[in-house]
Amino acid sequence: MDILVKISEFLQQGNHEKISQLTNTAISEKISPKEILENGLIAGMNIVGDRFKKHEIFLPEVLLAAKAMHAGMELLKPLLIKEGIPSIGRVVLGTVQGDLHDIGKNLVGIMLKGAGFEVIDLGKGVSPEKFIEVAQKEEASIIGMSALLTTTMPVMKEVVNLLKEKELDGSIKTIIGGAPVSEEYARQIGADAYAYDAAKAVETVKLLTEVN
Amino acid sequence: MRPFLERLREGDILIADGAMGTMLFEKGVKLGMCPESLNLSRPEILEEIAALYFDAGAEIIQTNTFGGSAVKLADYGLDDKVEDINSVAVVHIRKVVGDGAYISGSCGPSGKILQPLGDADPDQLSESFRKQVKALIEAGVDLLCIETMTDLQEAVLAVEAARTVNAKIPIMATMTFEPTPTGFFTMMGISVPEAAEGLSAAGANVLGSNCGNGIENMIKIAQEFKSVTSLPLLIQANAGIPVSKEGKSVYPETPEFFAEKVPALLDAGVSIIGGCCGTTPEHIRSIRKAVNAYK
Repeated sequence: MDILVKISEFLQQGNHEKISQLTNTAISEKISPKEILENGLIAGMNIVGDRFKKHEIFLPEVLLAAKAMHAGMELLKPLLIKEGIPSIGRVVLGTVQGDLHDIGKNLVGIMLKGAGFEVIDLGKGVSPEKFIEVAQKEEASIIGMSALLTTTMPVMKEVVNLLKEKELDGSIKTIIGGAPVSEEYARQIGADAYAYDAAKAVETVKLLTEVN
Repeated sequence: MRPFLERLREGDILIADGAMGTMLFEKGVKLGMCPESLNLSRPEILEEIAALYFDAGAEIIQTNTFGGSAVKLADYGLDDKVEDINSVAVVHIRKVVGDGAYISGSCGPSGKILQPLGDADPDQLSESFRKQVKALIEAGVDLLCIETMTDLQEAVLAVEAARTVNAKIPIMATMTFEPTPTGFFTMMGISVPEAAEGLSAAGANVLGSNCGNGIENMIKIAQEFKSVTSLPLLIQANAGIPVSKEGKSVYPETPEFFAEKVPALLDAGVSIIGGCCGTTPEHIRSIRKAVNAYK
């Protein structure tokens, strides 16, 4: 069997030991790191994301696959950097100030990494200033914000407004999510996008970065 | 007051209270505040909310201790206040209800993911629940409610921790299920039969579901529980999924809507009905009326 197909399959099974081993083999077989990433790891993670979206698998399977993805990425990263291959996009992610719920946000981070994005996770309770400061410094093109509480949702609006004030809203796009958040709310506050779950977040971030 | 489990055995239908969190926010809990820290700073609010639900006909009043475990309070640097926060919550409800209602000690999830998927250490979580439960029991709760669980391993660990503190106290254990094309599962992929088996083996006396996607799904969830367990069932539904109206987030299911669904829940064999996020004393009043009418 093609080694890249094998990588994809073991990634779907969440077998991080096998992924390390196969990734090393693929590297020694002179397969380009970009190809290993795209046709092996990301191909597998896309299937995981798709099955998660269809409720065929649940969070534990996704977390295991993400661990395996991470194991493979550790080996590929130095090679990708050496070859000067840019990531497909950089996303600053966080749960907004006042909110300490981060399971959903973590899941979005895992899936974005799985899709090949570079994710800078600021954790929970992130202030509007911090989101923007880091996005600017790291030259990220996306800020992703999560809130579980209706009372912390307005922080998202502050971030959107602050980006406008600083005239950064052209170069940095915003995407929001979380239980009380909706498409309509995103429109109201002028966020660029809303995603109802982690799989949708990946699709949407892909669209947003293509536009850029 | 007759012992709680005895009443359930005799077939009594009990009404539990509705939402705490959404009520606290109405009463001025602010952005970023630990909801349980209010137990220390403004305990009079606990009495106000307990009185509202008690007057509405609730016989089970929950403590404001959902996030009162040591691990969860540590998020706010309050892990040295576990005893105070949990015991104050009980004392203030007791002032209002006397022995006219059962006080249920609420224990929510840690918010952490257990090893090997996440980094939470099972022994640390057990100890965290044990500390909370001990404080609740010493302050005089009549029962415990381990709720909103999605990971069966964590739920079992919490029930077992509670059991080691006290062998006799009634324990209710509820999980949050989502509808999928292949049935109801928690976010962590736990089915109703798996939940029933795991939680009863751990020593829970009452099983069921809370939070989630509104009261209609709860009817199906209750039926599924009934087909696999003989333990009494508890259902506490959200007032639907919040929708945004004029910039405010609103829970769509009305007290009348809840009342309409009560007979189906009782037909499914549910023994205790209350509410979760977005429900109000009016929802509880409505449930009370519908239960009385059913009898």
